[in-house]
Amino acid sequence: MTNIPETGRSPRVQIRLVVIQVLVLSLLGTLGGRLWYLQIREGDQYAKEASGNHVQQVVQPAVRGSILDARGVPLADNETRLVVSASRTDLMKMKDDGEAVLTKLAGVLGMTPKEVMEKVRLCDAKTPQPCWNGSPYQPIPITDETTPKQALQIRERAEDFPGITAEPQAVRRYPSPGKANTAQVLGYLSPVTDEEIQEAQDTSSPYLRSDQVGRSGLERQYDKQLRGKAGVTRYEVDKLGRVIGQAEADPTQPGANLVTSIDARVQRIAEYELNEAMKAARKEHDRNTNRTYEADSGAVVVMEAKTGRVVAMASNPTYDPNAWVGGISSKDYARLTGKKSNYPLLNRAIQGQSAPGSIFKVIPTAAAINAGYSFEGPYACTSSYSIGGQVFKNFESQDHGAISLGRALEVSCDTVFYRLSHEEWKRDGGNKPKKNAKDWFYKTAHQFGLGKETGIDLPNEVTGRVPDRQWKLDYWKANKDAWCKYGDKDGSYAEKIAYENCLEGNRLRAGDSVNYSIGQGDTLVTPIQMATVYAALANGGTLHSPTVGKAVISPDGKTVTEIEPEAYGKLPITKKTLAEIDEALEGVATRGTAAWRFGGWPQDEIPMHAKTGTAEVHGKQTTSWFATYTEDYSIVMTISQGGTGSGASGPAVRNIYNALYGVAEDGTIDKKKALLPEPQKTLPKVGTDGTIKSPKIPKDPAEDRPTASPDARATTPQDGPDGQDDPADQQQAGTVPSPEAGNRDTRRRDRRRGGGRRPGDGGRGDGPRRGDGRPGCHRRHRRATGTRRMAS
Amino acid sequence: MSGGVNSFHVSGYGPERAGWTRVFARDSLARRLDWPILLSATALSLLGSLLVYSATRNRTELNQGDPYYFLVRHWLNTGIGLALMIGTVWLGHRALRTAVPLLYGASVFLVLLVLTPLGSTINGAHSWIKLGGGFSLQPSEFVKVTIILGMAMLLAARVDAGDKPYPDHRTVLQALGLAVVPMLIVMLMPDLGSVMVMVIIVLGVLLASGASNRWIFGLLGAGAIGAITVWQLGVLDEYQINRFAAFANPELDPAGVGYNTNQARIAIGSGGLTGSGLFQGSQTTGQFVPEQQTDFVFTVAGEELGFVGGALIIGLLGVILWRACRIARDTSDLYGTIVAAGIVAWFAFQSFENIGMTLGIMPVTGLPLPFVSYGGSSMFAVWLAVGLLQSIKVQRPMSA
Repeated sequence: MTNIPETGRSPRVQIRLVVIQVLVLSLLGTLGGRLWYLQIREGDQYAKEASGNHVQQVVQPAVRGSILDARGVPLADNETRLVVSASRTDLMKMKDDGEAVLTKLAGVLGMTPKEVMEKVRLCDAKTPQPCWNGSPYQPIPITDETTPKQALQIRERAEDFPGITAEPQAVRRYPSPGKANTAQVLGYLSPVTDEEIQEAQDTSSPYLRSDQVGRSGLERQYDKQLRGKAGVTRYEVDKLGRVIGQAEADPTQPGANLVTSIDARVQRIAEYELNEAMKAARKEHDRNTNRTYEADSGAVVVMEAKTGRVVAMASNPTYDPNAWVGGISSKDYARLTGKKSNYPLLNRAIQGQSAPGSIFKVIPTAAAINAGYSFEGPYACTSSYSIGGQVFKNFESQDHGAISLGRALEVSCDTVFYRLSHEEWKRDGGNKPKKNAKDWFYKTAHQFGLGKETGIDLPNEVTGRVPDRQWKLDYWKANKDAWCKYGDKDGSYAEKIAYENCLEGNRLRAGDSVNYSIGQGDTLVTPIQMATVYAALANGGTLHSPTVGKAVISPDGKTVTEIEPEAYGKLPITKKTLAEIDEALEGVATRGTAAWRFGGWPQDEIPMHAKTGTAEVHGKQTTSWFATYTEDYSIVMTISQGGTGSGASGPAVRNIYNALYGVAEDGTIDKKKALLPEPQKTLPKVGTDGTIKSPKIPKDPAEDRPTASPDARATTPQDGPDGQDDPADQQQAGTVPSPEAGNRDTRRRDRRRGGGRRPGDGGRGDGPRRGDGRPGCHRRHRRATGTRRMAS
Repeated sequence: MSGGVNSFHVSGYGPERAGWTRVFARDSLARRLDWPILLSATALSLLGSLLVYSATRNRTELNQGDPYYFLVRHWLNTGIGLALMIGTVWLGHRALRTAVPLLYGASVFLVLLVLTPLGSTINGAHSWIKLGGGFSLQPSEFVKVTIILGMAMLLAARVDAGDKPYPDHRTVLQALGLAVVPMLIVMLMPDLGSVMVMVIIVLGVLLASGASNRWIFGLLGAGAIGAITVWQLGVLDEYQINRFAAFANPELDPAGVGYNTNQARIAIGSGGLTGSGLFQGSQTTGQFVPEQQTDFVFTVAGEELGFVGGALIIGLLGVILWRACRIARDTSDLYGTIVAAGIVAWFAFQSFENIGMTLGIMPVTGLPLPFVSYGGSSMFAVWLAVGLLQSIKVQRPMSA
């Protein structure tokens, strides 16, 4: 080695080598720094991006829980349909992107290959419908109209159809057991909105795009419990979308079952009787307007008196809740929300409010006692009562002499209450009200729960109205400008009223207090409020928040969460007064205004209490009210523009009681025929496998009754050429009849189309019937004069 | 040159010793080998094999159903590389000096062969020769070695002979001509990444040779003008332009051109300090990063081994480069200095470009990471270079 000449490193080369070394080190330093920046400083963000990269969620929808009646009969459940779906992930693994498989599948399903392929393709800006809008990792439904035979063909040759599944899937169904429609109480589902998806996105239970959400009734009120929790499986996928592992899986939690206090049979009877009563009323002649009654809408509530549980709740006009299943057509939607059909979506039992008429009188009775008047009186029941120049007449100007408050209830004497209310008004200062006015009549109404929601477990309940001083003032403030502009001292009736209102609408006038005392004027109540009040009279004075839901039972039947009825108030009356009113209301049923409806009723076995009401509405026909109770039940029915309380609603309510207790028309009780002589106490059993034990239910409880004959309807012409069976009756204007069983078995789409036609041709086909109804009218008049027909 | 110098027989250096004592004697060959370089290179190669395995074990479309396909081959390549290194040390870089014209000619011939129908295209670069049996040759890797050797031979000839302190202009011109010929061919392939490496090699070689500053700055200027001209004339293929565009703005088109860089950065970034664990990376398992066993192998380390693993690779490369710089400075002849400096320039730039592109600070080009990336030609070339470095170290005077 020594023989190698030492070249001697020149300084230039040495310096340059150092430069190279420094450059190299700085390059490596740069790499290290950048690595630190990416991994340590920004690492978290990239980790998040990475997980978003390769985790895909597959959501298995939870089966919605059933809504059951008190005995376990499903009012809303799920129908199984065979749905053929394709897994896009599997198809894309094939060499031809699954084209061969889809073509074969099209053959089995009787579709064209193009149709099938279009269903499976993904939507994007360039792809028109049909296309799949959901996650590509979700099985894509191709058809839900698979026959079992087709499904078998696919399943048995699974090797020929890789990535294709034919599985049963749950679709909401409203089976209407025993023709009990229960539409407004059940409510309906409609697809989830974008906002709702956004909101629920990061919660534990995200919505699927295909999800349905409860929009009204029980479906909405108990949506959270019924909906369950969708299962989410997170798969790790590679760049091509192939699954390389299962990251996490939250199992699907099916929705819980809701047991209601509704009894499907009673519900059917209530719906049927309401509809029949309205049909009958439309044949009745109204002397005031000189035409038949419109009977445009009505409602009936059957309530357990001791608990406030709702056994039946019907609202008419009604609709078929199945119209909403699988997405409602715009035509159907227009029909259900249109004025022409008179808004069948409204649950008039909780959303319909009108003046109560005489069924209100229990409140001024209690108010008078509280104000210091005696129950016995006696009070003069004159044929009219005058204040200033204004004359307030008793109903049909009857004079009953001096009577007690109890008798005033029995005969529904208006003038007794006019006088009492007017006296109280004067005691409170009259036109110059005292500062600490007692306002007994108004205070008592509030204490009876009027003017506010009862708190029933159904959405969008309305409050009704107690027209007290405060309301008068508020209402006047809101409207005085319009009144003062429109009002004319010498104009039409409406203009005169407006003129008066403009001047002194802020004050409680003597006339207001008089009108109010018999549930007229500006007083508004809902049927559910009155049912609650009469139930409280029956149970000793406790006001319950009505409930429809009775218990929430987990899908495996193991967890039962009972919904306990809650008391929200006590009637402001002593036991003594309560007993006196109770006796008086029994008198109404035995010898008062409702007696003619309860002829032959086994009063000793089942004490019946009732109050009739006929409320006048300016510009319209009278509203029929009928409020009743026994020891266990209270039933309240109302028919708008339906006539008198006992006349229009009486037979229907009687028939409902007959069915409940098994009472025949002659008054004999057949316990075997009784549908529900005592309220249902036990809850239906739900098995650990989710099966629900429920009793068999007759095809139509309304037809199974011995007393269901039209003969019971005394105001109905028995000899009329158009009997009860005339289908044209069902097409009365404004009423969408209950869906018939035959319809339910047909395809959904067909049903909708059929339904769409109904209101159009149903319209005004009642022309000739008006004439036909005349004999019946005469007859009613004859009867009316023969019976003690007071104010309602 | 005397034969004794070229020999690596230990017997020439001392009294007869027997067995292991002789091998590990103070002045023995084993003692004089640069062990840091050797160990670092071996460690990088083995680590690389694991990363390559991780990236390919699930890629049935690449590994013919055998998850160990690439692992075994990487080991095989490393073994051949080690053998090439030993052979190089055995022969000695000075003995090889005489064979440089032959090696140079052979490599240029192979590069030319690529342009004939024998060549094949991978990822837009027409730079491979298919050998059959799944093997293919990338001659441009060997050209990097022969350019260094050829330029060193020319530039050092008269200086080492003691005629001149620095290479004169004529010699520099000849050396440049020698480099430009294969570079032009490689550019035609087009393998822009390799051309860039060669340009840096040329710069490094000229720097180390002591050539006049005018050449250095002249070349830098020419390089800049050349780059602009190439851009303006549109000689570059679209994919090459797109890569640069994506480098400038990776968010431009995350599903398209910017996809590689984005996914690479996500993979590395998600690794954090210690990574997800070897074979546990979801980006790697999910095959989100393309070319992960070759050009983007560093992303596997980044994701699965984290900052610790990434820094280890950079550190090991740093050891090799640091030792190579020492060898360049410590050797007595300019030939050895130039060769070592050329190798430093090559390794440093290629590593920087490769890792830099995965980190998003350099544009994407198809360059392997020395020792770590899968690829026979690259592996052989870098181990040949290690052999040259070892030979330069071994053959320098002990007492210097």
